[in-house]
Amino acid sequence: MSNIPETGRTPRVQIRLVVIQILVFSLLLTLGGRLWYLQIRNGKEYTDEAKNNHVQQVVQPAVRGSLLDARGVPLADNETRLVVSASRTELMKMKDRGKAVLTRLADVLDMKPDDVINKIRLCDSQTPKPCWNGSPYQPIPVTDEATTQQALQIRERAEDFPGITAEPTAVRRYPAPGKARTSQVLGYLSPVTDAEIEKAKDTDSPFLRSDQVGRSGLERTYDKELRGKAGVTRYEVDNLGRVIGQAKSDPAVPGANVVTSIDARVQAVAEWELHNAMVEARKVHDRNTNENYKADAGAVVVMETKTGRIVAMASQPDYDPNAWVGGISAKDYAALTGKNSNFPLLNRAIQGQAAPGSIFKVIPTAAAVNAGYEFNGRYPCPSSYSIGGQVFKNFESQGHGSITLGQALEVSCDTVYYALSHQQWLNDGGMKPKKDAKDWFYKTAHQFGLGAETGIDLPNEVTGRVPDRKWKQDFWAANKDYWCKIGKRGGTYVQQLSYENCLEGNLMRAGDSVNYSIGQGDTLVTPIQMATIYAAIANGGTLWNPTVGKAIVSPDGKKVTEIKPKSHGKLPMDTKTQALIEEALAGVATRGTAAWRFGGWPQDKIPMHAKTGTAEVYGKQTTSWFATYTKDYSIVMTISQGGTGSGASGPAVRNIYDALYGLDDAGNQDLKRALLPQPQKALPKIEADGSIDAPKIGPYDPEAQKVDPNAPPKTPDGTKKPDDDPALAGPPATWRD
Amino acid sequence: MTAPHGFSVSRYAPERGTLARLTARDSVVRRLDWPMLLSALALSGVGSLLVWSATRGRTELNNGDPYYFLFRHLLNTGIGLALMVGTIWLGHRTLRGAVPILYTVSIVLILAVLTPLGATINGAHAWIVVGGGFSLQPSEFVKITIILVMAVLLAAKVDAGDQIHPDHRTVAKALTLAALPMGIVMLMPDLGSVMVMAVIVLGVLLASGASNRWVLGLIGAGVLGAVLVTTLGMLDEYQINRFAAFANPDLDPAGVGYNTNQARIAIGSGGLLGAGLFKGSQTTGQFVPEQQTDFVFTVAGEELGFVGAGLILVLLGVILWRACRIARETTELYGTIVAAGIIAWFAFQSFENIGMTLGIMPVAGLPLPFVSYGGSSMFAVWVAIGLLQSIRVQRPMTA
Repeated sequence: MSNIPETGRTPRVQIRLVVIQILVFSLLLTLGGRLWYLQIRNGKEYTDEAKNNHVQQVVQPAVRGSLLDARGVPLADNETRLVVSASRTELMKMKDRGKAVLTRLADVLDMKPDDVINKIRLCDSQTPKPCWNGSPYQPIPVTDEATTQQALQIRERAEDFPGITAEPTAVRRYPAPGKARTSQVLGYLSPVTDAEIEKAKDTDSPFLRSDQVGRSGLERTYDKELRGKAGVTRYEVDNLGRVIGQAKSDPAVPGANVVTSIDARVQAVAEWELHNAMVEARKVHDRNTNENYKADAGAVVVMETKTGRIVAMASQPDYDPNAWVGGISAKDYAALTGKNSNFPLLNRAIQGQAAPGSIFKVIPTAAAVNAGYEFNGRYPCPSSYSIGGQVFKNFESQGHGSITLGQALEVSCDTVYYALSHQQWLNDGGMKPKKDAKDWFYKTAHQFGLGAETGIDLPNEVTGRVPDRKWKQDFWAANKDYWCKIGKRGGTYVQQLSYENCLEGNLMRAGDSVNYSIGQGDTLVTPIQMATIYAAIANGGTLWNPTVGKAIVSPDGKKVTEIKPKSHGKLPMDTKTQALIEEALAGVATRGTAAWRFGGWPQDKIPMHAKTGTAEVYGKQTTSWFATYTKDYSIVMTISQGGTGSGASGPAVRNIYDALYGLDDAGNQDLKRALLPQPQKALPKIEADGSIDAPKIGPYDPEAQKVDPNAPPKTPDGTKKPDDDPALAGPPATWRD
Repeated sequence: MTAPHGFSVSRYAPERGTLARLTARDSVVRRLDWPMLLSALALSGVGSLLVWSATRGRTELNNGDPYYFLFRHLLNTGIGLALMVGTIWLGHRTLRGAVPILYTVSIVLILAVLTPLGATINGAHAWIVVGGGFSLQPSEFVKITIILVMAVLLAAKVDAGDQIHPDHRTVAKALTLAALPMGIVMLMPDLGSVMVMAVIVLGVLLASGASNRWVLGLIGAGVLGAVLVTTLGMLDEYQINRFAAFANPDLDPAGVGYNTNQARIAIGSGGLLGAGLFKGSQTTGQFVPEQQTDFVFTVAGEELGFVGAGLILVLLGVILWRACRIARETTELYGTIVAAGIIAWFAFQSFENIGMTLGIMPVAGLPLPFVSYGGSSMFAVWVAIGLLQSIRVQRPMTA
């Protein structure tokens, strides 16, 4: 209808109008296309971005649960400290990168400005400590020891301190009640890593950036229970961060308390006695090496025989777990992990392994019976035993004539076991084992739980080693290249040994089986394994998985989940054999190698059973072992390079028993003084408000059981009156407000 | 009552009542372009909701009255409608005679902006504060003035039948007259408006039938000018930043890029159907700056989704489509030029405004016609609708 004549317009104008129209609609189409691209094609991405934009999370960290001893005394709890933190993200937005603010802050905190600035720099390979190795988006603690005065100054002059906060924060504390550090058993915390956050992202207990995670000991095993759940409040905010609505709020759930079977008082005794035994051992001259014993490490375990619960567990050297609180310093870290540190982080009760020596002998005794030997048969105990020119001596090169297995245990006659083990080795085919080789001595060791974890509720337990045929084969396969390289016939001891190992290290030789029979050679055990075995002998044969955790108690005390002891097997012996072994072990305490350490012990009231061990280690001084038990407790102590079993460990073990039962050196029992005449059964009471009715305890007084008629009257608790340093008396019972 | 010149009233019809006259088959009301009018009304209506949503919570702007901007927008629409009716009543041909006066007033007003009377809002010194909370942005009206003054000049001899196309002298004269106010606006500096005016001039030249040399020359001059302006440092830093941020929003995410980025997030998060009116988190959280004016389209994108934002594009499309018809079908070159100028104006300004919220055009302070909050812009676009309607009403019936 619109043509040129009618409108009088030229084709040029007409065409241009069409061009305009086309242009206009292409513009609109462009917009439509772009709109589709943003909203439909990439809509999801922008929806997520919008969500991040307007939702801010405020995290209230959960208060970590306490680790309590059997009577409720906190071994690890929290104290409220005023923590001053700096937000790096805010400071870095400032023109001077926060320097002015930090300088003002240093002034308030009485610190050097450089110290404060260094604390909030990020760690990398070039940055020396101190530096921050956590997330840069998390507020970085400058100090956790601010005074109320300082905190108030910072808060009142908020405009002078942008990005700085001063908040009361619950900080982990290891109060060491009665000086019982319990270091390795408690473990420690350190900040969560990015990898862990990523890994736990989709589980039911995700980590927060600010979380601390249990790295070892109970802190690690019960981390999930202790940690609780941080409160997260999600706010909808506008562009200025003003809150325009609360989207979602999950209140913080404090972590549960873990009640342990540790008795802080017994723990204090065990720690002191172990340490003291080592100090004493270092005063003793070692004839073999012609120098004093080094006593470089040691461990002691006090276990309830009927449940496998751990009453005390100490490992030397130890450390103060508080070193980890608030980030460990470089110096402390080196002291704990460095080459010259002797590795105090190791819990040698479960991570230290050594040849057991004679405390092993209960195993070959049971093995011999299982192999068909009469317990009360007569077995020759010469001063030495020869196999083809090789002479294996009794420890003290003493003969005892013909004796029973019980007597062999009592006097610790090595040659009896040499002969039995050698015979069995021959029966099984010697170097060319039969297909149906019985391997009684090795089988029995496995049945006693050796060469395997006991299943204690502490991380990274080691297994020890039963050097059976299979192990020999595996070990040879792994090492033969090295042996064959350095081995030299007729060379030094090591060269000769390597030469032999290279040739036939995969084979069980007669000498191997003989050495093994007395807990020497390649045999390795951990103190916790031996405590478990001796507890099993005491309790009628049940091998309990040792447990430290006794119950998980909710913060309000209402929900109590008991940790039931589990068993990992029965000892492979009948009741008769067991009774006879018990009798022999009682004989060790009364007549045998341990008798001189149990002078005055009321054997009729509290039957004591013991076995000493002095294990030889090539190139080192002997390892002292002492394994003991009564009806209720088994105590195993070991001191590396410490001398003989009874010599080095004897007095300490005796003193622990004295403290448990309230005995003095003369064997008089004072039940009022007894720390734990019977295992603690009841759980401590935790009130609804979270407070715990825990007894106050003081440090161990090693002089308490000395017989001294002029001694001042003792407190009913059996310890010294807690008049001394209140810091050592354990924290107040209501430690959580 | 005497109808203004050119008002089409049948002489041979018997006297009729007002209502009957308005509804008669050949009446003004019947001959109005209703699709365009209704689309413009719908856009203003949607705009009022979007402006309302964007300003409800901005207490620092609305003085605690969440309906303040809703009412103001509706009021502006009402005034705009009245201006449209007035423009139709007068007719674009009548306005021919008033063009010299309009032109002079426009120049005076934009010069006034450069005096202490002028005010700076959002970095653009383009306003005159009238008082009583009202302010005027004369550059909006200058757009109409430029269209009219060029159309009068370019069409005069052609419509008189003296020439087929405007001669070079006329074109040069028209361009000079357009360049004067543009230069002044450039000094404000209100670069966005200058860009729109340049496109208007281009549209006007195209429709006038001016020689291709002029058209190409103008485009060349525009490119050259842009190059010179950027290289000679005639732009303020905020203007360069705005440009850079569009090209790369990550360049300065906390500064200028923030606008673009937040706008894109708002629109992108809308999806197909949007979050629902008043429910967009970007809008309620006030993450997008200038959301009731320059970035009003982001409210539509977030809260009404692809459907709602697409509807705005469709309504704009309807207006432009009807305007193109009017440009093609009018009998005089004058009407064609005016219509083409308005098309260029609406199309480019809408494209620039929506394009910048979508991140495909640099950020410039231009309102979205009918939708953005702002009296001057609203009045100007409704006057433009009045002009288009007037051109349609006054052309002979084609049936």
